[in-house]
Amino acid sequence: MTEPILEIRSLTRRFPVKRAGQRPWRRAKMSWLHAVDGVAFAISPGETVGLVGESGCGKSTLVRLVTRLIDPSSGNIAFAGNEIGEIPARRFARTPQRAAIQMVFQDAGESLNPRFTAARSIADPLLRLSRLRGSALAERVREAASLAGLPDELLGRFPHQLSGGQKARVGIARAIGVEPQLMILDEPTAALDVSVQVVILQLLERLKRRLGMSYLFVSHDLNVVRLLCDRVLVMYLGKIVESGPVGTVFGSPAHPYTKALVAAIPSLDQRGVKRLRLSGEPRSPIDPDPGTCKFYGRCPKGQSNCAAVMPELRPLEGGRSVACHYPEIAAAEATREAPTVNSSLLPFQIRHPAS
Amino acid sequence: MSEASPLLAVVDLSIEFRTRGGTVRALEKVAFDIGRGETVALVGESGSGKSVTAYAALGLLDPAARVTSGRIVFGGIDLLTAGERALEEMRGREVSLISQNPRGALNPIRPVGKQLADVLLRHANVPRVEAPQRAVEMLAKVGIPDPARRAAAYPFELSGGMCQRVTIALALACSPALLIADEPTTGLDVTTQAVVMDLLAELAAASHMATILITHDLALAGEYADRIVVMHAGHVVESATAGELFIRPRHPYTAKLIAATPKPGTQLADLAAIPGNLPDVTRADLPTCRYSARCERHSKTCDAPLPLVAIGPSHMVACWQPL
Repeated sequence: MTEPILEIRSLTRRFPVKRAGQRPWRRAKMSWLHAVDGVAFAISPGETVGLVGESGCGKSTLVRLVTRLIDPSSGNIAFAGNEIGEIPARRFARTPQRAAIQMVFQDAGESLNPRFTAARSIADPLLRLSRLRGSALAERVREAASLAGLPDELLGRFPHQLSGGQKARVGIARAIGVEPQLMILDEPTAALDVSVQVVILQLLERLKRRLGMSYLFVSHDLNVVRLLCDRVLVMYLGKIVESGPVGTVFGSPAHPYTKALVAAIPSLDQRGVKRLRLSGEPRSPIDPDPGTCKFYGRCPKGQSNCAAVMPELRPLEGGRSVACHYPEIAAAEATREAPTVNSSLLPFQIRHPAS
Repeated sequence: MSEASPLLAVVDLSIEFRTRGGTVRALEKVAFDIGRGETVALVGESGSGKSVTAYAALGLLDPAARVTSGRIVFGGIDLLTAGERALEEMRGREVSLISQNPRGALNPIRPVGKQLADVLLRHANVPRVEAPQRAVEMLAKVGIPDPARRAAAYPFELSGGMCQRVTIALALACSPALLIADEPTTGLDVTTQAVVMDLLAELAAASHMATILITHDLALAGEYADRIVVMHAGHVVESATAGELFIRPRHPYTAKLIAATPKPGTQLADLAAIPGNLPDVTRADLPTCRYSARCERHSKTCDAPLPLVAIGPSHMVACWQPL
């Protein structure tokens, strides 16, 4: 087993929110929004892990925790064997790991300084994180730009003079300039047309091989995740509900939410076919009941013990894990009994199923 | 199309925009039509002229735009020469729009129920006392749970998917004959996108409403549209039924677009990018085929003026050397 480049254990981030309807002159009693709730996963060197889930599920908070832009409430973030979760986010900008974890942002246009030329944008992290200056710096900028497929003559241009695909390349060049080991890609192609998207995805795949990076790829486009990722994490309301190899998870989803997600991908040969659709809205992430499955209420399979026992992420065969009492699995895998709940303990005491 | 006269006919529509950078010839001889109850998707990359076409039909073009030729005939009248009063009577009642950004389309400081009531009062001659109740019914029809309570909510209190349902309710309040849905699901999650598109399809079928679905997502168009019109740099390059277009694309651009779209079962290496970029449409010497600079099949014959020709029942293509 190779040592993972990133290992996250029971990572949690809560945000305080004021309770609605409280009188402003009273001392505020805080409620807590559980944005990321006990998340654990690992990324091996050279691996691409996809992170999918709907907006508000905590993807962005998780990304900001991993990139150490915000501090976790509890839990561990180990990067290349070093615990970095303890370093305050303010101080992290001056640690050597800052260069090793880089990010490509969602909207390439919005994430570039409009008053910086492409070259200046690419040089920015180098100026902060490396000692390169003068011609050595210019050389590195050109090198990163050419790796990202950005011709030299575009380096003097400002963002408004570049096309969407070229701006995406500047964003990528900026991230690879400092030679990161882990790149976080937050919907890098969401703003691009399909014809350009292909080029950028193929570029990312080439760069990963060439520079030996690992990717955490955040996207809501499952067709794109399927193309680029080795493994996928499906997140719902702050928890990972299913994880595993991309082919298995999308091919035969075990969690009902994953199933709905896969059923929602528009596809040409599904015309007129009635497919699984989710009704209702997600539960509130504020002060959630720790004993109720996060998907309860929207889940087509919801049973009484789903409201009594929070399903934990448990391993199935084939490197896959699922957090559901009633996963949809092949007969051979379905040996485990669904946990039962002693109703006399309810609703105050929660017993977790032995896993 | 077996119907005698289409609901909406766009005939040889050319539109220019005068900008500081020169004259942008955004549309050139765009032609297609829509029958009653039909769903037609306009697909193409950004800058292909999808939205301009739709906004022209609503008479909502930018003042910098100039229609240099063509007609948009809806219910026997040419919308391009109709007066502002006639358009105002028609918009919302006969033709309505769902725009890309639902939150931006709603008034942020007015409860959604009141906004719905406004539309009903203005366009549907609903008595003032009945309007609030009708608004709640509309919200229920688009599948908003607890509609009576949600009617009092402001847009910021609703999720993106809910806001989009409200704009759908607004657009459908007067049972229009034609709905223009401009990227109705961008910014929504896939699960919400599926629910919203199902809802639109269901409501359209129930009231026999025609829909123009503007999207860059070929798969979405393939799943929900009866017919697909592919646009490239202000030209219609191909139009066919959804089934036929994907099985047998005839225009090289359509084929490339399909090949570039990620699908289940394809590998990254299988996907092929479309070489080149959209041509600079401010140039005076644009070739007759605006795709020719990107096309592998380009030859001398392509320089002749290019008509959109029928090459099958309800299959049209604008190419001298179709696949």
